[in-house]
Amino acid sequence: MLQPLAFYLFSLVTLLSATFVITAKNPVHSVLFLILAFFNAAGLFVLLGAEFVAMILVIVYVGAVAVLFLFVVMMLDTGFAELRKGALQYVPIGLVIGGVLLAELIFIYSAWEFAPSITNNIASPVTAESNTVSLGLLLYTDYVYAFQIAGLILLVAMIGAIVLTHRQRSGVRRQKIKEQNTRKRDDAMEVVKVTTGKGV
Amino acid sequence: MASTEFLAQYLPILIFIAIASVVAGAAVFLSLVVAKQKPDPEKLSAYECGFDAFDDARHKFDVRFYLVAILFIIFDLEVAFLFPWAVTLGKIGMFGFWSMVCFLGVLTVGFIYEWKKGALDWE
Repeated sequence: MLQPLAFYLFSLVTLLSATFVITAKNPVHSVLFLILAFFNAAGLFVLLGAEFVAMILVIVYVGAVAVLFLFVVMMLDTGFAELRKGALQYVPIGLVIGGVLLAELIFIYSAWEFAPSITNNIASPVTAESNTVSLGLLLYTDYVYAFQIAGLILLVAMIGAIVLTHRQRSGVRRQKIKEQNTRKRDDAMEVVKVTTGKGV
Repeated sequence: MASTEFLAQYLPILIFIAIASVVAGAAVFLSLVVAKQKPDPEKLSAYECGFDAFDDARHKFDVRFYLVAILFIIFDLEVAFLFPWAVTLGKIGMFGFWSMVCFLGVLTVGFIYEWKKGALDWE
């Protein structure tokens, strides 16, 4: 009894908050609704038995990606009213493009025929081990290429972010540990004999 | 749906969520219903330690915060990959071990680049 109830509750909140993401006037509210949608999707994953995916969803998407989205929203310096001004004139063309895409999807879906052997591809439920263990057994051996490509993608993302946003600022004081440690007394000070009445 | 025994472990969390939302909802709802509502412009304006608010909260801020957040996400994902590896290390053998070492090595290249480039410096 409780499981279907939880399922319908989580899916309802997911759908509602996903709708609010695109209808909210304020982008910050959109991001907050997105976080709510992520949390409920994690709840759905737990109901499926995919614990690890659920926790990663909370850690990575709620903990990191949503924060990044908030940063991006905060970086929009222009007023939100300004952004929305004149948006109404794009409604007809938006409706046309959306309608075309929807029609394409409907055509594709109605014309699609599944091969009879597709039933072999349906994942069988994991019973013996826990979710994390069954992932680990496959990911690092059978799917090693996909795993290494994931590493390379992360590397590209890291270098790309640094190249795009990092610039050397001039006139900035930094620590130069080697120079600071090898400094001698003579480099910094000078002993001067001062004769009386003459000054330096 | 997963098995009932498995989901029973999550029952306390469900109960916790239910109680938390009831308490939070009650606080909002009761203060809406019970308290006297007499709004005026002064009450509705932003309160900032007794003086008028200087400016809007929407400022352009430094792109370096964004860089730090991106680098955080990348290493967050790296750590996320370590969990299934750590629990199955006894079964996946040397191949699994070295595939993870390769993965970590690739990301260490990025880490050295980032360190040498000074992307983590914040003068």
